[in-house]
Amino acid sequence: MSVDPILFVDHLSMRFGGIVAVNDLSFGAERRQITALIGPNGAGKTTVFNCITGFYKPTSGSMRLKHDDGHKIQLEQLNDFRISKQAKVARTFQNIRLFPGMTALENLMVAQHNALMRASGLTFLGLIGAPSWRVAEKKAIDLARTWLERIDLLDRADDAAGNLPYGDQRRLEIARAMCTEPALLCLDEPAAGLNARESASLSELLLSIRAEQGTSILLIEHDMSVVMEISDHVVVMDYGVKIAEGTPQHVRDDPKVIAAYLGADEEEAIAVMESGT
Amino acid sequence: MQASRAPGVAFIFKKALISALVALVLFSLMIGVRTEPGPQGLLIYETRFGELAAMVATVFGGSIVVELLRQWWGPVGTVRVVPPQVTSALAVAGRWVAPVLLVFTFLVPVIFYNERYILDLGILVLTYVMLGWGLNVVVGLAGLLDLGYVAFYAVGAYSYALLATNFGLSFWVCLPLAGILAAFWGVLLGFPVLRLRGDYLAIVTLAFGEIIRLVIINWQSLTGGPNGVTGIPRPTMFGIPLSPGDDGLAALLGIEFSPTHRIVFLFYLILALALLTNWVTIRLRRLPIGRAWEALREDEVACRALGINTTTTKLTAFATGAMFGGFAGAFFATRQGFISPESFTFQESALVLAIVVLGGMGSQLGVALAALAMIGGFELFRGLDQYRMLVFGMAMVLLMIWRPRGLIGHRAPTVFLERNQAISSDLVKEGHG
Repeated sequence: MSVDPILFVDHLSMRFGGIVAVNDLSFGAERRQITALIGPNGAGKTTVFNCITGFYKPTSGSMRLKHDDGHKIQLEQLNDFRISKQAKVARTFQNIRLFPGMTALENLMVAQHNALMRASGLTFLGLIGAPSWRVAEKKAIDLARTWLERIDLLDRADDAAGNLPYGDQRRLEIARAMCTEPALLCLDEPAAGLNARESASLSELLLSIRAEQGTSILLIEHDMSVVMEISDHVVVMDYGVKIAEGTPQHVRDDPKVIAAYLGADEEEAIAVMESGT
Repeated sequence: MQASRAPGVAFIFKKALISALVALVLFSLMIGVRTEPGPQGLLIYETRFGELAAMVATVFGGSIVVELLRQWWGPVGTVRVVPPQVTSALAVAGRWVAPVLLVFTFLVPVIFYNERYILDLGILVLTYVMLGWGLNVVVGLAGLLDLGYVAFYAVGAYSYALLATNFGLSFWVCLPLAGILAAFWGVLLGFPVLRLRGDYLAIVTLAFGEIIRLVIINWQSLTGGPNGVTGIPRPTMFGIPLSPGDDGLAALLGIEFSPTHRIVFLFYLILALALLTNWVTIRLRRLPIGRAWEALREDEVACRALGINTTTTKLTAFATGAMFGGFAGAFFATRQGFISPESFTFQESALVLAIVVLGGMGSQLGVALAALAMIGGFELFRGLDQYRMLVFGMAMVLLMIWRPRGLIGHRAPTVFLERNQAISSDLVKEGHG
């Protein structure tokens, strides 16, 4: 099924002491597509995310990222900030992690840290105010301005991020991740706590990111309306293992998935479905 | 709202009674009973219940007064959104306070030319302004609690003292060397404490400060131990000594020699060094490294997710802060002409940290005002003799009740599109170490 996956997770396992959070999980995320990782609470979705983004070191297995130019990176060998810096994987968090005491604009400027560090000649050129640095800074502000416009927050650019409404903070966090110019964007429950209208605008934003930036997106989501609407491919997890995979329609009709979500036995779920049709 | 602001007479009395009770328990032995060696060498004791009663009554009354003052000042510790008018008024005032202070500082040696005491005090205040600005990089911007800042001050001072006395290097050669050496020690401190946060970081930095001091005391062959280093060369104005001799500055200019020339020179020297610290810090805040420091203070995990190398970011913060401490140390050595480990005790670290916290972490103007208040204000109370510490401590407690986030708690953004508006201190994080 995988034609040209940007991310291929191969037999990934993660154990915390005696608890197996992720057990022998394999899946791929297609290039320039939106892949959704769903499952009931405690299925191990966020653990997979933390492994991919370098916050956890997996117990076993490998994760291979293949950039557009064919350059391959084994994510499990990179740690911490290098995942974002070298592998170009950006992420957002389930509980929003903005810099609350910094303005929306500053948040987007911090995201361009590595590019700006190079432009400022590791601070020294910037300190003397070299023209090349001024140009780079202006370009960074313009990029931030573009993203603020796209998430409809341009008029609040100079407000502290902590003062923004919840929905705006969610979108700002996505914009901040995009300012690192990632190849793969990992979103941990981006629609959590949003109302129907905000979810719809979030779906629109994600689709436009895929269309315009060509960024591949991997997301964890509980809001099925978002998942069904925008995903190209869905991976379903339960108890740390993959129980189904395929298009949204295919997954929705899978008895195993229904059983996992309803907490019922597989046979019961099939019975329910058959009585329904 | 009104009901919660005014908790009522019963509440105030209850609080005052509890305070008075605690005072009674504490002071009954400390003040109520006094022991003295009697004529035969035996201990005799006398009771002082009158004084004890007076103290307890003072605490009782004081507790009521403090509670009333707190109500008058409004709620403390609750989330309060700063009204935009107040913020903008403060911003306008802030724009004027700094230039006026700066012009006044430049004029101090002119106005007070004949008052040696004020000039010396000015140099002392400026030294602490510089130390405060240096520590502000570590504590205020990067949010790393450093209780051993005096170590870098000591490294700078001893670097200059030893290089100048042993190798005859001039002040202007030693100054950058002292800064580089202090920055090197800052990185050395940074490495072991990278994984530590909060209280643990504070303890290790505290220990680091003590280790440096103990090494200086015990490495007698190099540092002279407790006797210190004497005969440190005085600074020259780029090679021209400020001495009464024929080759001195006064003789060259054809004016009469006065010891005040050197004091004025030292004043402008530390002013220039402090302004350099300020300028560099303001510039750094607007560069990616400075933003990364502040982002680190706000949320370290988010920084890592954005590809920021938190290790080098922390180390550069330590190194930059330490470098300014080293400059200040070199200045201290050349000003005193004599240094010993006694000048670099924990008390100095605590004082500099108090200046940063009192001024408002991250605020350049706040730190300068706090240094003026802490060092200059302390001198103001000199007439009060032994009550000086008491009055000073009370002033600090009141100030922290009134402004828990320091004199200037709000944060100015480093970059803006339309409006340069201050960010309320309620949103700005203090960092977890």
